[in-house]
Amino acid sequence: MKLQPARAGVVVIKPGMLTTIQDAGRWGFQSRGVPVAGPMDPASHRLANALVRNPPEAATLEVTLLGPELEFDDERVVAVTGAQFDVLLDGRTMPPNAPFIVSAGARLRFGVRRAGARAYVAISGGIATPLTLGSRATHLISGAGGMHGRALVAGDVLPLGAPNDVYGAVSLPQSSVIALPDHHARVRVLPGPQSEYFAADALEVLQSAPYTIAQNSDRMGFRLQGPPLSHVRGADIISDATPLGVLQVPASGEPILLMADRQTAGGYPKIATVIAADIPVAGQLGPGDAISFVVCTAREAVAALIALERTLMSVEAGHV
Amino acid sequence: MNSHYRIVPAGESVLIIEFEERIDPLVNATTIACAESIQAAAVAGVRDVVPTYRSVAVYFDPLRTDTDALLERITHEAETAGPGALVAREPLRIPVCYGGDLGPDLPQVAAFARMSADEVVQRHASATYRVFMLGFVPGFAYLGMVDPDIAMPRRATPRVRVPMGSVGIAGVQTGIYPAETPGGWQLIGQTPVRPFDPRRDDPFLMKAGDAVQFYAIERAEFDRLKAAS
Repeated sequence: MKLQPARAGVVVIKPGMLTTIQDAGRWGFQSRGVPVAGPMDPASHRLANALVRNPPEAATLEVTLLGPELEFDDERVVAVTGAQFDVLLDGRTMPPNAPFIVSAGARLRFGVRRAGARAYVAISGGIATPLTLGSRATHLISGAGGMHGRALVAGDVLPLGAPNDVYGAVSLPQSSVIALPDHHARVRVLPGPQSEYFAADALEVLQSAPYTIAQNSDRMGFRLQGPPLSHVRGADIISDATPLGVLQVPASGEPILLMADRQTAGGYPKIATVIAADIPVAGQLGPGDAISFVVCTAREAVAALIALERTLMSVEAGHV
Repeated sequence: MNSHYRIVPAGESVLIIEFEERIDPLVNATTIACAESIQAAAVAGVRDVVPTYRSVAVYFDPLRTDTDALLERITHEAETAGPGALVAREPLRIPVCYGGDLGPDLPQVAAFARMSADEVVQRHASATYRVFMLGFVPGFAYLGMVDPDIAMPRRATPRVRVPMGSVGIAGVQTGIYPAETPGGWQLIGQTPVRPFDPRRDDPFLMKAGDAVQFYAIERAEFDRLKAAS
């Protein structure tokens, strides 16, 4: 018999480059200026939760480029999805996209990154930091949610929720639900909402060559370097909503792809919007990677979303 | 019936209703009324309804929404929305300590306006402002319209850090920084009141459509209120 710690948690030994707590996002307060935040790759976040039998909205860790080292106070089921890293549990390599048991006192360490930019670590019971406006998602700029509104630092102790039945209910290993990009992704867009602010050939130009993700890109957005897009009605609009995946274009003509931590509104015209089904793949890109755009139809966008949803729901239902 | 609107998609998960393309209290009041009636309709699958100066963005989950019914509903709300009573609510009164180190740009605004600092304060504190929209960071309200004589454009180079509670002017807009952030507005004072405080039952001081007035307080009063906040 082993003494239970007063409150089970995970101790952050090394934080990694940018490790944040994310859940399904802070919805319902954009009218008050509150950004949604949430995972950059929502599909891999959801897969990780499904593998450890957490509800889809449970909080996970989003690991960026360089992973953390974590020590567990008690026994948990853990799964790592998204970007492919060498993941070592007390020195033993663990498979990606599969649940495994971490015993009390064990250390989980991230090694070399093989593909993708962001991994998700789900822990049975979920990370149980306090809710801010109904969500645990970290928004770095406003300092909301997560661990005091910031990325993890060494010495943090992450509180965990009560796990579901640890044994018997874990899922089988899965293949990744998205195709991890090899430093280049092709994503589909729908034109608008302000494509009439641009020259007639601007959508053609957008699809003509890949764009490079600039170094000053982050969770708010990817600054893209590539063929500039010409405005015909100026580069300023009356500020309006800035949904996930829109390509807003400032006066320079080089688009900015708005991602998870985007502000709720902005004053640049938006030529096109990345479809929801392709956001996870975009979220696996990092600075220096390339992204190409191709226009599709609304029907195609919804069909792609249904296909992704089917895959995730089958893992969640546990009959694969 | 409104004829000056259109509905445009942003991807497959957002529909945006655009009203007339100008910053105008009547257009804004119509926009907010439209957003409120869509919100009240509580259509299954809708995740967020976001009014801005002249548009309403409706965020929804296309796999859990009857998209045709949603489109029909928001078309109806856009057609029938009206500005109603422009100032339906009692103005919210917000104390401000103007000038000094709390309002470092007040002398520049006075020079821009060719009037004394006291006159700038008097002009800023004598208007009733409308909350056109919120954005930028949680609880940041875009208020208008500032007296054109003191409507100095934003600074050429934004500050890296603007203290929480700072009251600024950017052209005909004024507003309060709810948190320490970068910012380019001309800072004329500071309020001890928090526009956003997640510890409060209602974390937000303002919402779109509210009326706001500022009144001047002395430094001692500011310090007292700040310590209590």
